[in-house]
Amino acid sequence: MNYLASIGSYAIMIVETFKKPTKWHIMRSLILKEIDELIFGSLGIIIFISFFIGGVVSIQTALNISNPLIPRNLIGFATRQSVILEFAPTFTSIIMAGKVGSYITSSIGTMRVTEQIDALEVMGVNSLNYLVFPKIVAMFFYPFAVAIAMYVGILGGWIAGVFGGFSSSADFIEGLQLDFDPFHVTYSFIKSVVFAFVIATVPSYHGYYMKGGALEVGKAATVSFVWTSVVIIILNYILTQLMLG
Amino acid sequence: MIEVKDLHKAFGGTEVLKGISTTFEKGKTNLIIGQSGSGKTVFMKCLLGLITPDSGIISYNGQVYSELSPSKQRDLRQEMGMVFQGSALFDSMTVEGNVMFPLEMFTRKSQEEMQDRVDFVLKRVNLIDAHKKFPSEISGGMQKRVAIARAIVMNPQYLFCDEPNSGLDPKTAIIIDNLIKEITEEYNITTVINTHDMNSVMEIGEKIVFLKNGHKAWEGTKQQIFRTDNKAVTDFVYSSELFKKVRQMYQEERD
Repeated sequence: MNYLASIGSYAIMIVETFKKPTKWHIMRSLILKEIDELIFGSLGIIIFISFFIGGVVSIQTALNISNPLIPRNLIGFATRQSVILEFAPTFTSIIMAGKVGSYITSSIGTMRVTEQIDALEVMGVNSLNYLVFPKIVAMFFYPFAVAIAMYVGILGGWIAGVFGGFSSSADFIEGLQLDFDPFHVTYSFIKSVVFAFVIATVPSYHGYYMKGGALEVGKAATVSFVWTSVVIIILNYILTQLMLG
Repeated sequence: MIEVKDLHKAFGGTEVLKGISTTFEKGKTNLIIGQSGSGKTVFMKCLLGLITPDSGIISYNGQVYSELSPSKQRDLRQEMGMVFQGSALFDSMTVEGNVMFPLEMFTRKSQEEMQDRVDFVLKRVNLIDAHKKFPSEISGGMQKRVAIARAIVMNPQYLFCDEPNSGLDPKTAIIIDNLIKEITEEYNITTVINTHDMNSVMEIGEKIVFLKNGHKAWEGTKQQIFRTDNKAVTDFVYSSELFKKVRQMYQEERD
């Protein structure tokens, strides 16, 4: 029953977030600030992880090809498919659930325990619109980060494959171009938009409705990471079944 | 003026407010006092509209809050200023940004007009050189002054203060108390202060409402509180040696 109540509260929160909008010139600056904080502030970790994950996929694929009948361009093909279909949108989203999600929960949770949210409400400000809406809008720029993750992941795979002596550059690039279906990129971006919404709203929910003090802020951040990850993984399955199944 | 009639509020099975009726007068500092757990904070949150009471009526200058449309309720809230116990200043904004925030949100004033108003209220609370500082860079007493400045920047009709001098040294506490009283008289607003500090009662209390276990156990003036024989009040007021001596003085005067 608690889970049902939480889903209900989450749905109400989403509806309230879009009510009584904050003045546009204030909202614009909030959105720009959140884009800087949530998207640009995460690019470093996204690039770092994507590069090495791409490299590892490339090496793992190469090491598991022992049959001489399997063409060497499979390394590039497998790297492309793995990075575009799963690693860039899903793996990066789990990382973002940890980095951005815990930031969102702890910042909103701290505002809750220090009565800053009450202060907004007393003034007549729709605190959900003021706090959560800019994060949702900012996270719609997340597919750009996923595009960078795709590019850097494949680059990492190419560098690891070619400079590690597992594949020639020509074979790798041939593999990248082999049976390429542009819809896979579209599928990946659609997933990343859905995950972006989850990363913005589930941690906001845990921060906004938390009760207690500093210790509970930490607990809420942990719980929020777990639930954001769970929701992303379930939605990943559903979206894959719907779009590729 | 704020009128409260038969206010009830329960959380789960626990009744926190048990039929409180009282009036808070305009141009006066009205104090709600009582021990921790007596229902003061819940009562104030009901007055602010942050908690919806289970039953009872709260009216502001004749307007019953629960009968107003949500948009009218929000308009009414813009006539309320609140000073929170922990100041509740926005960490990410400077002192100036905190005070300017309500003006930016709810007025169409130009940047210059808003700046003039912010400078005026910060000067009024005796903060002149702190405009560009962040809340974490100023003292607790200064934070309270910024919170007061933010609460009065929109010229509110109602000012609510939750434990305004908690965590402050006695001298700063008196300065903050007197500042609230001066502002109340200067702008002729209805001020409601939630406190358990008897020094505040002595300094600025004009009308006092005493709560005990969710009931209004007593109400009266500062002069009356030291003469009442109400046991709940005397137990609370004369818990310190200082006030026992004050009582002795009053009794000697009476005899």
